[in-house]
Amino acid sequence: MELCELTAHELLEKLEKREVSSEDIVRSVFERIGQVENRLGSFVTLTEEEAFRQARDIDKVAIKGKLPGALAGIPVAIKDNICIKNVKTTCSSHILENFISPYEATVVKRLREAGAVFIGKTNMDEFAMGSSTENSYFGITRNPWDLNHIPGGSSGGSAVAVASDETILAIGSDTGGSIRQPAACCGVVGLKPTYGRVSRYGLVAFASSLDQIGPFGKDVEDVALLMNVIAAHDERDSTSVNLDVPDYSKSLTENIKGIKIGVPKEYFIKGLDGEVEKAVKEAIELLQDLGAITVEISLPHTEYGVAVYYLIAPSEASANLARYDGVRYGYRSLEIGDLLDEYEKSRGEGFGPEVKRRIMLGTYALSRGYYDAYYLKAQKVRTLIKKDFDGAFEKVDAIITPTAPTPAFKIGEKVDDPLQMYLSDIFTISANLASIPGISIPCGFSKKGLPIGLQLMARPFDEEVLIRIAYAYEKSVDWYKRKPKL
Amino acid sequence: MAKYETIIGLEVHVQLKTESKLFCGCSTEFGALPNTHTCPICTGMPGVLPVVNRKAVEYAVKSALALNCEVATRSVFARKNYFYPDLPKNYQISQYEEPLAQNGYLEIRVDGGARKVGIARINLEEDAGKLLHYIGSREIDGSLVDFNRCGIPLLEIVSTPDIKSPEEAYSYLTTLKTMLRYLEVSDCDMEKGSLRCDANVSLRLAGQKELGVKTEVKNMNSFKAIEKALEYEVKRQIGAIEGKERIIQETRLWDEKMERTYPMRSKEEAHDYRYFPEPDLVPLVVDERWLEEVRKTIPELPDMRRQRFIKEYGLSEYDAGVLTAEKALAEYFEEVAELYTNPKAVGNWVMVELLGRLNAANKDIRESPVSPPQLAELLGLIEAGTISGKIAKTIFQEMFDTGKSAKAIVEEKKLVQITDEKEIGKIIEEVVRENPGAVEEYRKGKENALGHLVGQVMRKSQGRANPQLVNRMLKERLGRSI
Repeated sequence: MELCELTAHELLEKLEKREVSSEDIVRSVFERIGQVENRLGSFVTLTEEEAFRQARDIDKVAIKGKLPGALAGIPVAIKDNICIKNVKTTCSSHILENFISPYEATVVKRLREAGAVFIGKTNMDEFAMGSSTENSYFGITRNPWDLNHIPGGSSGGSAVAVASDETILAIGSDTGGSIRQPAACCGVVGLKPTYGRVSRYGLVAFASSLDQIGPFGKDVEDVALLMNVIAAHDERDSTSVNLDVPDYSKSLTENIKGIKIGVPKEYFIKGLDGEVEKAVKEAIELLQDLGAITVEISLPHTEYGVAVYYLIAPSEASANLARYDGVRYGYRSLEIGDLLDEYEKSRGEGFGPEVKRRIMLGTYALSRGYYDAYYLKAQKVRTLIKKDFDGAFEKVDAIITPTAPTPAFKIGEKVDDPLQMYLSDIFTISANLASIPGISIPCGFSKKGLPIGLQLMARPFDEEVLIRIAYAYEKSVDWYKRKPKL
Repeated sequence: MAKYETIIGLEVHVQLKTESKLFCGCSTEFGALPNTHTCPICTGMPGVLPVVNRKAVEYAVKSALALNCEVATRSVFARKNYFYPDLPKNYQISQYEEPLAQNGYLEIRVDGGARKVGIARINLEEDAGKLLHYIGSREIDGSLVDFNRCGIPLLEIVSTPDIKSPEEAYSYLTTLKTMLRYLEVSDCDMEKGSLRCDANVSLRLAGQKELGVKTEVKNMNSFKAIEKALEYEVKRQIGAIEGKERIIQETRLWDEKMERTYPMRSKEEAHDYRYFPEPDLVPLVVDERWLEEVRKTIPELPDMRRQRFIKEYGLSEYDAGVLTAEKALAEYFEEVAELYTNPKAVGNWVMVELLGRLNAANKDIRESPVSPPQLAELLGLIEAGTISGKIAKTIFQEMFDTGKSAKAIVEEKKLVQITDEKEIGKIIEEVVRENPGAVEEYRKGKENALGHLVGQVMRKSQGRANPQLVNRMLKERLGRSI
């Protein structure tokens, strides 16, 4: 097996034993990138030279004694809306095409201190707005299981890089499902932490009250390793919570006897793909065999999730994206007359259609005369959605659902129907609205060979139970051992 | 009774004197080279987040308490959305529905009495950057932006519309400035931009209940300009009403040179700020304990101090007012008064001799080269008769120029007053001998001639002879025949 095909925990063992060097791992990963990247399009920027430099630095220290960090020498890919100092951060947008960040995200700093090796910035839907990575200015990213299908979005590049062994680990962001849904589409593990668990400082904001940075991994153990490094209180993020971070690897026990898992009836409805439903129901049975107790629950306000999300998120985004005006950095249109011209042309030319759509939606929803009926009302219904979960967690410890209503759809299938596109987030959106954690793990394949994902959600700050259940399930199946043929 | 009632509301923005900005650690120092006090946060880079400056909140709470407001236990920051090149995020973090404080008042003095002007609300917000359209006097092609000022904490203080005249508006502003300077939360210097003020003014017929149409007036650069602009607006509105013209609700700019207001282009006015609560910040909580801690840091306020000066030191209303206009000045006065217990004399010397020279040298009382003990010593020397009052003024000038003490100067320049009658007598003899003409005039009845002779004696004694003694002795001497 090639080094790039292994998991982080396997590689750390080899590094510890001096069986391999970090440089070996980085070489293997870049060889792989050389083989498949032109077919996949996962990356916007590759930082090969810098990666080798970091790897050699780690190796120099590792020779002398212990590994210098929990992820020392492990390649990590970073979604292109998270800032690395002196590297381009484009958010897959024309308006930030040449923007080089003068500072870096707290999460990146923590990964760096843990010895991670940054190999590049991954492709995404522009400004994280999308569910298919078809909205990137730099072109689409393809699903490695079937190149004619989407990889999910908006963290498509990160999911694909992990699934195709272009990287060992990856970081993405999730506002309405942008980690979990691509994880499901690509057959990898993706986790959205509780809002406030991981610092947002350095994450280019889309919807401030919904965004979270989270890990992608080839298996649950790798995701737990990443969480140990990135979860922490951050003074630079006023919405970051000051709570102790547990050792998530302690949840890798395989014991879930007696855990109560809720099955919400609102998530198993008409419109749910038959194969997805079957795979998830089989997974539920397996969990029961492992000792978990399943309980039927109701989350009655589920149906309002998409509407609430598509009012709150664009509203916050309309303000968050106002700063992209070509004045201080970023794209500035060349033919401009007066100030208004400069704003209109730079933004009009710099932003893609989906971004402009959402900015207009958000601006409208916040306007005088409409604020009460739209933005304010949406926030009130959001509270009701949260209350659904609070009530459910009095009865159960976790909630199980499909991650997405269908496996990955075809490239181009929904691009002309934004509303249809929005509905692909229907199962993941509520977790962001309720500020609870969610994880997606592979639970099967469609007849066409496309991955199917199941989602688990838990109480705020109880990522541990998610990891526990996911790990126990994972160890009883072998979906995670399968790799796409490339 | 006047035919029309004037209704004025003032919206004042003051910069808080914190070391760093409201949402980042950049310095707030005034006058630095452009764009040298900036960081990713205050220039609105992608991915940055605001963190509230605790000191700014403290200063805001302190101000709200001194202005008798109800301080909200919980207040919320909000985004005020509009596009302008001096606003990097194209939204300003301010407060909207739930401000820091409400329902206070400021007591101002008018027409010999006192009145409370209501303070509707106080909120905390960040300042924007500065746009330059000129370099020196040369207009540039385009505009330049300096973000040093961007993010500096501002306190927005909105009065209720119950200021009744431009004169009252002036008094409100000077009282507010004195108050905030006492609290040491702001310099309130309009020239340096640490205080800005917009005004709203409308008229209604006396006795009428409904408010008239109001206009907003901006672009005034001094308290005097504000008073003049309001006077102009009142006149203009009266003219319009009497001329049966409609008053348009608009924003007008004050033109200092032409001394008139003119309407701002209407395009800038249609602003829907789309306020919503700032999702990057949690609600601001000011609990009882912190409130009381801040309350304890409030010094004796100007009004209280002025009244105490009148009572304790027997000073006039006017003198007390001058001496308590600045906290540092009041403290200086009290330090001197403690050492030399004649408050009237202290007051005179401080107001006339000291302040006069400080103003001429553009110095603040805190930069006074003469310290309170030094001034007290000088006054003591006068009282003891060691020096004359006249010489004291010369000595004071030297003290001011060199920082030396009175005693040192007196010794150095041998300025001890001459009170020895034998010595004075000798000089008088000389003067009488040398000025027979003046002596003759005096004996003939010309009183002025005495002054001339006294002057000569003073000159010969380098001003050190005790004037009263010289006068008496000269009179006696001239009374005798040769």
